[in-house]
Amino acid sequence: MPPSPKKTAPSLPRLRKTPTGITGLDEITGGGLPTGRPSLICGAAGCGKTLLSLEFIVRGATAYDEPGVFVAFEEKAEELALNVASLGFDLLKLQKEKKIRVDYVHIDRSEIEETGEYDLDGLFIRLGYAIDSIGAKRVVLDTIENLFTGLSNQAILRAELRRLFGWLKEKGVTAIITGERGDGSLTRQGLEEYVSDCVILLDNRIANQISTRLLRIVKYRGSLHGTNEYPFLIDAEGISVLPVTSLLLDHDVSTKRISSGVPALDDMLGGKGFYRGSSVLISGTAGTGKTSLAAIFANETCVRGERCIYFAFEESPMQIIRNMKSIGIDMKRHLDSGLLEMHASRPTLFGLEMHLVDIHKKVTRFRPKAVILDPITNLVTVGSVSEVKSMLIRLIDFLQAEGITVLFTALALNTIVSEQTDEGVSSLVDAWLLVRDIESNGERNRGLYIMKSRGMKHSNQVREFVITDEGLDLVDVYLGPDGVLTGSARDAQQISEATGRILRTHALSQKDVEIGRKRKVLESKVASLHAEFESLQDELNRSYIEEDLRKEVMEQNRREQTAGRQHKNTGNGKSKSK
Amino acid sequence: MKGFPTEQDHPPDTYVLRLYITGATPNSIRAVANLKQLCEEHLKDRYTLEIVDVYQQADIAESDNLVALPLLVRKFPLPERRLIGDLSDTKKVLNGLGLTR
Repeated sequence: MPPSPKKTAPSLPRLRKTPTGITGLDEITGGGLPTGRPSLICGAAGCGKTLLSLEFIVRGATAYDEPGVFVAFEEKAEELALNVASLGFDLLKLQKEKKIRVDYVHIDRSEIEETGEYDLDGLFIRLGYAIDSIGAKRVVLDTIENLFTGLSNQAILRAELRRLFGWLKEKGVTAIITGERGDGSLTRQGLEEYVSDCVILLDNRIANQISTRLLRIVKYRGSLHGTNEYPFLIDAEGISVLPVTSLLLDHDVSTKRISSGVPALDDMLGGKGFYRGSSVLISGTAGTGKTSLAAIFANETCVRGERCIYFAFEESPMQIIRNMKSIGIDMKRHLDSGLLEMHASRPTLFGLEMHLVDIHKKVTRFRPKAVILDPITNLVTVGSVSEVKSMLIRLIDFLQAEGITVLFTALALNTIVSEQTDEGVSSLVDAWLLVRDIESNGERNRGLYIMKSRGMKHSNQVREFVITDEGLDLVDVYLGPDGVLTGSARDAQQISEATGRILRTHALSQKDVEIGRKRKVLESKVASLHAEFESLQDELNRSYIEEDLRKEVMEQNRREQTAGRQHKNTGNGKSKSK
Repeated sequence: MKGFPTEQDHPPDTYVLRLYITGATPNSIRAVANLKQLCEEHLKDRYTLEIVDVYQQADIAESDNLVALPLLVRKFPLPERRLIGDLSDTKKVLNGLGLTR
C-alpha cells in the first residue's frame, strides 16, 4: 500500500498533495503531486507525457472538482480532444462546462522576427487569465520546451522560465511541466534546474522486441516515494500504474477451505481442499493433466456460484472448453452465466509487466474468487526467470491481499522433477501439487503428489491420477515389495493377487478333503484292529472255556472211574461218549 | 476597442500596424518610442498604428496568440508579420516590416 507521506511527528506540517486520480500513481507518490508546486514529467517521444498530464487535468476536473488549464505547445485543442476521445475523455464537453480550458500556444520561428529585448508577459497574462477565468487549481504546460525552438534568445527564455515557475507557485496552482528527454540529462533544455520539487521520468523500453512503459519518480522533495521503476499501461481507461512493491505481507488470511473439484484430491488435503485465498501451483511435465486440474478447479468455483477468471497462455478458450467436454466438464454454461471469464493471449502479446497490469485490471474489474494462470511457464518467453518470479510475487501478493485463490500451472521442462525451480515460485506458493509421469513396462501413467501444503495435514502418498470420461480421479497406487506400481502394472498386480487368493482357497479345500480321507482310512484301520482284537479275545475265551470243560470232564471221568471200581464198572465206552 | 481597419479601407501603400505592450514596463516604453520614431522616418502619413495594452485586455492574449511581448504585428500589407522585442534593432525591424529598399 502507499507509503505514508512522511514519518514526522504529527504536529509538524506535512506536504500537501494533490491526487492525480491516475490509478496507482497516487499510491507510489503517497498521495499525489505536491500541491501548489510545479512537477516535471519527462521522457522520450511517445512515452505518454501528454496523456499523463492530460489525465491529471481531466481527473482533477471530473473526480476532484478542481478545474484545470492545459496549455498545449504542440497540439491544437481539437487534435488533443480527438486524441484522447479514445480514452473516454470528452474534452469539448468539459471545456463547455468551464471545468477545463485548453489553450494552444503556437510559436513559429519563421513568422517571428526578434528585434530586441522581450519577455514572456504574453504567456503570463494568457495563463493568468485562463487560470482566473475558471478558477483553475491545476495547470499543465505541454511541452514548454517548444518555446526554445520558437524563440532564440536563451538568456531571456531561461530567466523567464524561472520567473514562470516562481509565478506558478505564487498562484498556488499544482502544475505539471512536461519535457522531452535529452542526452545525458533529464530534459533537453535542463528544465529540471527550474522544477525541482517533483520529477517523474517516463520510459518506454524494448526488450526482446516487447516494449514496456515504465515510470520512475526521480525526486520528490519533502516526501517519501517509491523509488522503483513502475510499469504502466495506457489502455481504454487511461493510464494505470502498478505499484511493484507492496510486499508488506500483512494481508488477512482465511481459514475457510474450498474444494479442488476432485474429491479424492480434497481427501489428500486433509479432506477439505485448499485454503481460500491461498496460492496453488500445479507443476508437471507435458501432458500430465495440469490444464484439466486447473479447469476442474475453475468449474468447481463456478459451481459454488463464485466468479473465476481463467488466463490461458497456450490454448484458446474454445479449445479448453472442447477439451474439457471430453472429460465430462461443461464450462460453457459458466461462461454463458457470466461466472467464468476466460482470457487467452500469447505471452508475447506484451511484456511481463503489461501482463501483470492487465491481470490486475481484469481482476479489479471482475472481482473473482479464483484466478487461474495456465501456464506461467510460457511467460518466460517474454522475460527472464527472475523477472517472471518478481512478477509472480507481486501477482500473488496482490491476489492474496484481495483474498483471491490463485492456481498456477507450470510446465516442468525436463522429466527430472526439480525441487527448486518452477519459475522460482515454489517457495512462494501455499500448496504445490506435482503431477509426474511414471513410466514403466512401456506404459506412461500419471502420478500426483502433494509437495507441500502449508497449514494443513496432507497425504504424503503418491496417487495415480486417472482421467476418465466423468472427470478426474485419484487412485491409490500399489505400494508393494516391487516398488510403486501404476496403470496396468497395478491392475496386473491386483489381478495376480486375486488369483493367488483363489488358488489359496482352492488349495485349502483340497487339504481338507485329504484330511477327511486320511481320517476315514485311519478310522477304518482302527475298526479292523478292533475286530481283530475281538476275534482274538473270542479265541482266547474259547480256549479258556474248553480248558475248563476239559477239566470238568476229566474230573467227572475220574469220579466215575473211582465209582466204577467200587461198584463194578459198566464199561469205558460209556464214560468216554459222555 | 474600435473595429480594426481592413484591406478595403486602405490605399494599397498604407501600413496597418498594431503594437501589443504590457503597461509601462521598460521594454514597452522603449518599443513604443522606437516604433514611433521609425514610423515617422520611414512611413510618414501612410500608416495607422494601434497600441494595445495587454494588461487591460487579458482575454486577447489567447485570441491573438500572444507569448513574447512587446509584439508588433504588421496587419497590412499582407502577409501578416510578427516582430517581438523592444524594436531597438532598427535594421531587423525595417527588414521585418518590409521597408528595406
